[in-house]
Parts: sequence; C-alpha cells; structure tokens
Amino acid sequence: MSTLEQENHSNENRRITWEGCSVLLDINDGDRLVFSRLTAGSIVKIGNKNYPLQPLIGCPFGSLFQVENGANGPCLSRVISTAEVSNDEDKKECDLKDESRDNRALIDNNTAQTLTGDDIEGMRRQGASGNEIVEALIANSATFENKTSFSQEKYRLKKQKKYAPKVLLRRPFARRFLRVDTLSLLLSFANVTAHSDVLVVDMIGGILTGAVAERLGGTGYVCNTYRGDSPSSIEIVRIFNFGDEINKRIVRLPLADLSAPPNADSKDMELLQASGSPVSMEETTVSSKDGRPTTETVASKVHKAAKPGEKASEDAIKLWKENGFSSLIIAAPEVDAWGIVKEPLATCMHNLQVEKMAIGLQITEPWLREYQCNLM
Amino acid sequence: MLPTDPTKKLSFKRNISDGDLVIVYEKHDNMKAVKVCEKSVLENRFGIFKHADWIGKPYGCKVSSHKGGFVYLLAPTPELWTLVLSHRTQILYIADISFVVMYLELIPGCVVLESGTGSGSLTTSLSRAIAPTGHVHTFDFHEQRAAAAREDFERTGLSSLVTVGVRDIQGEGFPKDLTGLADAVFLDLPQPWLAIGSAGEMLKPDGVLCSFSPCIEQVQRSSETLASNFTDIRTFEVLLRTYEVREGKMDHCQTEGGTPGSRPCKRKHRTSEGSQWEQEHSGSSIVMARPSGEAKGHTGYLTFARLRCVA
Repeated sequence: MSTLEQENHSNENRRITWEGCSVLLDINDGDRLVFSRLTAGSIVKIGNKNYPLQPLIGCPFGSLFQVENGANGPCLSRVISTAEVSNDEDKKECDLKDESRDNRALIDNNTAQTLTGDDIEGMRRQGASGNEIVEALIANSATFENKTSFSQEKYRLKKQKKYAPKVLLRRPFARRFLRVDTLSLLLSFANVTAHSDVLVVDMIGGILTGAVAERLGGTGYVCNTYRGDSPSSIEIVRIFNFGDEINKRIVRLPLADLSAPPNADSKDMELLQASGSPVSMEETTVSSKDGRPTTETVASKVHKAAKPGEKASEDAIKLWKENGFSSLIIAAPEVDAWGIVKEPLATCMHNLQVEKMAIGLQITEPWLREYQCNLM
Repeated sequence: MLPTDPTKKLSFKRNISDGDLVIVYEKHDNMKAVKVCEKSVLENRFGIFKHADWIGKPYGCKVSSHKGGFVYLLAPTPELWTLVLSHRTQILYIADISFVVMYLELIPGCVVLESGTGSGSLTTSLSRAIAPTGHVHTFDFHEQRAAAAREDFERTGLSSLVTVGVRDIQGEGFPKDLTGLADAVFLDLPQPWLAIGSAGEMLKPDGVLCSFSPCIEQVQRSSETLASNFTDIRTFEVLLRTYEVREGKMDHCQTEGGTPGSRPCKRKHRTSEGSQWEQEHSGSSIVMARPSGEAKGHTGYLTFARLRCVA
C-alpha cells in the first residue's frame, strides 16, 4: 500500500497546473488546440479578444473555462460542471421524440435571423452572458423551430462556440502530438519501459524523444544520436513539463562518438555494424519498423540545434558500450517525401534479410479511424 | 520480462540462465514460450534441443538440435508474449494494445484498473507501461481464468506489478478500497455501461477510461452512459497493415525512363552512400514492398473518455 500512497502523492502534483508549466488549451471541443505556457502575462486569443491565462494557474488539468466580462475586460472563469450535466440529459429526451420535421420548407435567403450584429453588441455591453446571447439568437430565429432536433442541436453548438466559447485545460501528453497510432506502435515494438536505455534518431522535432522519456519516468536513458556535428532539434520536449529527474535522462551523442571503438571487443563491433545500417544491435531478436517514420537517415538535413538534452556523460557511454541499448527507434521522415515512405524501409528490411542481421522483421502501417457515435 | 530487476535487464552481459523464460522462435508465425530447465529438452520438427546447451548463451542466439536444425532464443517482451500465450479468451493484439496504452496516458507510477483479465495479453503491456512503481489491478469473474492469469504473471515475472482479483465488475463494480486511486480504467465487458458508474468512482478527476467493444450497439449505449460524468468521448478503430518486401527484377530501360513514380524521387534525395548502394542494384533488381495478403480485420471499437473535472 505504501507504493500506492506514494504514487498518489506524486501524481497529485502532476494533476494541477503551476506557474510556468506548459498546457494544451482545447478551445471548443477540439476545434482549436493551442500550446501555452502559464505565466502571469500570457494570454490566449479567442475570436478577436485576448484573455489572460492567469486564472488557469493552480487549477486541475481537465478544468473547463468559459469567457466572462470581468471588471477588467474579458476573462476566463472556471465552470462548475454539474449544471451542464442535467442540461445534457434534457437534450437526450428531445432526441428521442418522433421526428417529423425536415428542411423542405427552408429558404436560404439570410432573413431568418432578426437579431443584428449591433443588437448583439448592445446585449454584450449590457453585460449579457454568452449563453444568454445564444438563447436570444435562438428565440429570434424564424427557422429554429422547424429544424430537426439534430439540426437544432447543431445550431446551438455553432452559436455557443462563437458567443460562449469554452476552454478545456489539458495536460500536454505525448499522445497529443501527431499520429498517435504511429507513435504508440513505435513505443510498443521498441519495448520501451522503465530502466531501458533507448537509442533514438529523432528528426521529428523531439516528439519521439519526449514520448520515450515519458515512458522511462526518470529511469534509464533516451539517447538521441545524429550524424555530423549538430544534433536535430528536440524543441518539442520542452512542452512535456518534465522535471529534472526526467530531463537529465534525455541526452544526446553524435553517432561518431557512439561508434568510436576505444576498447572494441566483438560486441562493440556488432554495435558498429548495426548502426551502419539501421537496426538495433539487440535486434538480432526483434526488429520491427513502423510504416510512418522512415529509416532514411542518409539524407539527413540537420537543423540548427535549438536546445537538446545534455551531452551523454562518459559513464553513460561506457555503460552502453558494455551493455548495449535495449532498443533503437529511428524517426527520420524526409520532409518532402512522405509519398514514398515505404521505400527506404523496404530497402532497409531487404538488406537486413539478405545479410541475415535480424529476425522478426516487419513493416507495418497503422490505420486509424474515428467514429461519430454521439452528438455531443 | 521487464528490466525493473537490474539483474534481469537485457544486456550484452546477460546470458540465458537456468529458470529463465525464453521465446523459442522458429518462424515469425511460429513461436513458443519455454522455461529453461537444465535437465529438460525441447522437441519439435527441427529435432531435439537440450536446454543445457542454451544456458550461458546470449539472448537472440541461434541454437542447434541434435540433427542440425535450429531455432532462435529470444528474450520475452509483451509483444512476443501476446503471440505465444495460451488463448483462454479472445485477446487484444498489438495495434489495439499500443493505442490503448498511449491513449490512457500510462507512464511509470500510474495505477490502472482492468476488467476482464481474459488471457492477460493487454495486462502484460499495461504493466510494462506503469512499472516499476505503478500497479495494475485486473479483475475477471471466472475463477480458473483468473488463476491461470496469475500463474502467467508469475512466469513472466510481473506478479509484483499485477494483482488479479476474482470479481464480477458488471454486477458488483470495482472494490471500494480503490476509490479515487485510478489514473486509468480499461473495460472489456459485454455490457460495459453497467460498470461505467463504478469506473467513474475509481478514477481520479481527469482520469481516462477506455472501453473495448466489438459491436457498435455496445459503443452507443456506453457513450450514452458516459455522457453524464465524462468528457472527450471519442471512439476509434485501429488496424494494422503489414507489408512484405521482395526483390524483383526490373527492366533497366524502364527504371531509367522513370515510369514508376518513386524512382526519380529516390534518386533526388540520395546522398553519397545511398547512391552507392543503388548503383550496385540498379537496373537488374529493385526492392519492392507491397501490402501483405492476410490482414487482421475488425477487432473492436475503442471508446475513450475522461472523467469530468468537477470544480
């Protein structure tokens, strides 16, 4: 039970925002996602207004905010969510009613709404809330009553997004970036877990490095290797809100340093060979490549280093040379060649097969589809 | 299976020892989990293999039988385990598993609840993600199945990370002593909506729930139930397509003519080393990838939701 309590405590820390932390703002149910740093002076722009982010500091991740007209202009205020629940249930009722309405009588001549822009501005000046404006728009719409309940709901949502936008406070997690299905497969196939030493070639801005570090949880190492003198940017890592424990496990090392054999024994040579053509040395066991990020390290266009992890310590390098890495992940898409991603992978796989360097080879591509199952 | 115990960590220095669990690899679609026992032998169509010959060899090595046949001995991972475990129920595979682990935002230290345990395929990956300080509480109402799963976690060395309980989660909900402790909950139940209320009580605010259902009717009913206490309700289906790679002969003129779309692009981006390789192979043959014939079809829908954060 002691581990549970301990865990509870450390997780609690992660679940509330603090000044200076990175957050993901989900505006209007995923319509817009914005990364922000919570500082006293930071703002988010919604529509044509700026909202200070100060009220978000110290709130739990997952909190919902709505816009209000405060004493010092527009501001974000936290929503007490119980009211919303009952509201939702009411809507459910009407969804189930027999539907006899449709759009056969609808004439799209832009006269259905009798409220003008000036009227709305007037309401605002008098301190009407966003929801009150939405209700007024509905009341003054000549066609609302004739819409189907689905269509009514859609209308309400659309107006709500414009006049009563909502902001959800989210934790920046690895899964919130890019193709989550691809990234998740990379981490699984590479067997990333606490106490692993993972070698990565991250040419996708640090997403991979950050995602691996997240799974290591301050143990093991993620070592970002690169050809030439300048490491690829891992700028995105900064968004993850990692503490020192995790950050110091993110290191970099030029491929040349890693392959340099000061006291090369046979094992080191294996490693050398392996890094020459992209496969991890472990991967005489299982080598699995994902379809999306390609293994084309050859044409690396190295960007000017932004702020990568520290250079790996001599101790760590010594350790890797003695023990090897637990896995290697290469994510190096050619920036302008997404159409032919499979090609370098196919070449890589073929070479590995022909040279009998690995078994359990696979090229896979995930396919993800989202379903619309509920009107919410 | 997991490197949480430093002495078990996979490394150049770590060799197979008596009592280890190894994955015997014949072909990519033919593997078997074997517990190494000095006096024991493995018999298959390639011959008889003495375990004693394996001890002291590095993981990933190739070993021979008395008549010269060979197999590879691999260190177990959750992915390999999924391929070799004994099916007591329908199981989840890599595509769904990795997506679930990512979407549940599992990292070391998390507490995750699962029901049902089934054959423990997902459980193994859940425990990898939350190790070394987190915990998986998994429940199945089938006593023998729970016991078999417990034995498996013993074999794979995950017992300290996983607690298997015998409990009808749909009927009774999760045990009250886990209230408010879970970072994530995974449901694979025939009527998940019956367990959603309890799952909500177990979750920390903003915690993530996932429900796996093969049928869209189940998804719909779950989504309706979720709407009262959860936000961000989203349903996905994830499939995995594999490609096979062949070296094919190709007419020299044709490749030079640039008819296949990929060739000119490829040339453009090659630098010194690449073009060297290409020269060796150009004209006579080309490496080609094409989608594999058999692909796993629909497994289930994954519905995710976050517990609403009440102010």
